[in-house]
Amino acid sequence: MTRNPKDFWTGLLYIFFGASAIIIARDYNMGTALRMGPAFFPTILGAVLAVIGAIAVIRSFIAAGAPIGGFSFKGLVLVTLSVVIFGVLVRGAGLVVALPLLVIISAYASTRFRWRTTLIMAAGLMTFCALVFVKGLGIPLPIIGAWLGG
Amino acid sequence: MELLDNLLLGFQTALTLSNLFYCFLGVFLGTAIGVLPGLGPTATIAMLLPITFVLPPVTALIMLAGIYYGSQYGGSTTSILVNLPGEAASVVTTLDGYQMAKQGRAGAALAASAIGSFFAGTVATLLIAAFGPPLAAVALQFGPAEFFSLMVLGLVASVVLAQGSLLHAIGIVVLGLLLGLIGTDVNSGTQRFTFGFFELADGIGFVTVAMGMFGLGEIIRNLENEADRSVMLTKITGLWPTRDDFKRMVAPILRGTVIGSALGILPGSGSILGSFAAYSIEKKISKHRAEFGKGAIEGVAAPEAANNAGAQTSFIPLLTLGIPSNPVSALMVGAMIVHGIQPGPSVINEQPALFWGMIVSMWIGNLFLVVLNYPLIGMWVRMIMIPYHLLYPGILVFCAIGVFSLKNATFDIYLMAVFGIVGYVFAKLGAEPAPMLLAFILGPLMEEYLRRAMLLSRGDPMVFLHRPISATLLVLAALAMLAVLLPSFSKTREEAFKE
Repeated sequence: MTRNPKDFWTGLLYIFFGASAIIIARDYNMGTALRMGPAFFPTILGAVLAVIGAIAVIRSFIAAGAPIGGFSFKGLVLVTLSVVIFGVLVRGAGLVVALPLLVIISAYASTRFRWRTTLIMAAGLMTFCALVFVKGLGIPLPIIGAWLGG
Repeated sequence: MELLDNLLLGFQTALTLSNLFYCFLGVFLGTAIGVLPGLGPTATIAMLLPITFVLPPVTALIMLAGIYYGSQYGGSTTSILVNLPGEAASVVTTLDGYQMAKQGRAGAALAASAIGSFFAGTVATLLIAAFGPPLAAVALQFGPAEFFSLMVLGLVASVVLAQGSLLHAIGIVVLGLLLGLIGTDVNSGTQRFTFGFFELADGIGFVTVAMGMFGLGEIIRNLENEADRSVMLTKITGLWPTRDDFKRMVAPILRGTVIGSALGILPGSGSILGSFAAYSIEKKISKHRAEFGKGAIEGVAAPEAANNAGAQTSFIPLLTLGIPSNPVSALMVGAMIVHGIQPGPSVINEQPALFWGMIVSMWIGNLFLVVLNYPLIGMWVRMIMIPYHLLYPGILVFCAIGVFSLKNATFDIYLMAVFGIVGYVFAKLGAEPAPMLLAFILGPLMEEYLRRAMLLSRGDPMVFLHRPISATLLVLAALAMLAVLLPSFSKTREEAFKE
């Protein structure tokens, strides 16, 4: 068993990214040292990264290290989800749907979530963003999207 | 006299009404966001960057620099008043600053911080003005090999000064370089690592990376332990330090300025090192040694001066060599490129108004900070009291709209979410994401310089060791790396980060 989970998992990630870089770069022209092609630098970097990853994995079986702290799955999932949903909805449904959803879903990740304050917050941010970003700075985001007949 | 002429040109640029206004706005917004809990300078600048893209280049950079000082100053304010450092460099300030606040001397501590910062900022500005041009003249002699080696040194230094495992930090830098290569290769036109997404043809925007890793990633991390974020605010009385306070802070401010200026030039996180070094030196030589940790004004004045001096002198490598030395200046480099300015030694000669205007506006920005601090302290205090759970949904909204506004593309919103996950996961695994941003911006530049150097040397990689300046830089990088591997050094490094 690995004695240093941080080293082990980071190492695996580095090996994965390094190997992917090398494999994908095989589709590009390597060139020569004199005239480096688009594959040259990424291949070197990928190799270095994979080697670093391998060292980390090997080291994880030799030297012990601290365990990985508790993962905040609730925070991770809700924060990411809220942003993605915002992206999906904002063009079609408009800010008036996407923004409050972003606020509510992300705020739900907190242990101090309250419906009342969250809704007030969403309304306030909605007004601010509509006035400042859309009307003021002219960012091309619909306030009421085409799906809602806006 | 040339220096005076140059500074005059700078004043002419910086003192236009619109530049003054945006400098003020930058300092104001920077401080306001900096005092909010859980937002450091990097996240603040990333969030406000899209606003500056509509401004002319000089004005945009002046505003960005203002945001930087402002957010740093905001971090000092929260360190003193509520024991919450906004960023690593102001951690030391909490030691004595918060103790002073608990004794009802918050005003004196804030004044020590403001005066120290202003003095240090003034000296550091003059240093940049004096040493910038000669350094840039040297750098103009640099060929591609020298620039490549310089970037290697810069990245090694950021690795050495990063928190946590050295191996992880090297890995994250290499990963950052790789991510920087995503997009169309300038030489061959090949689309690299785009996975068929046409949105990736121009590469990933650095703002997207920064907002994801420092904005979203930080929020997810903060949500882990939000329970112990209750804020105890003490009453602020006596806004002005006593005569004795003034006497006691003069020497520490001077020493802090010297230490901070010197360490700030180093690539990596020079200003962090500066504030730690300044504090420990004061602790060793002060007459009031016993008071340290219990509210010694020297313990606030020295690191705050060092911190600000370092923040300023870190612009020297940025403005003269075009090499960013920390995540904040990496963002500035990115902003310059967006505005069509290639940062490097030629900026001084080709765009003197930009260079000198920015330097002078740094000083003006520092002046604004002092002026802003006193009348508005009540407002900052109220902002500090905003609980985090009422704050972060708003940050997310601003990040999402901000990142969309860069290219009017929802794709960047998803990309930002991905980098939020990446930043959080690597932070959990003990690999600080800060050096990655630096590498991300340097990646394409490094490849270009490597390519040119190899072309000039007819494919001989020994060129990096045959040219004396390049060889020196590489030897320095190797020494820095070796030093970390020595057991005695790595122990002090661990202790320094333990705070």
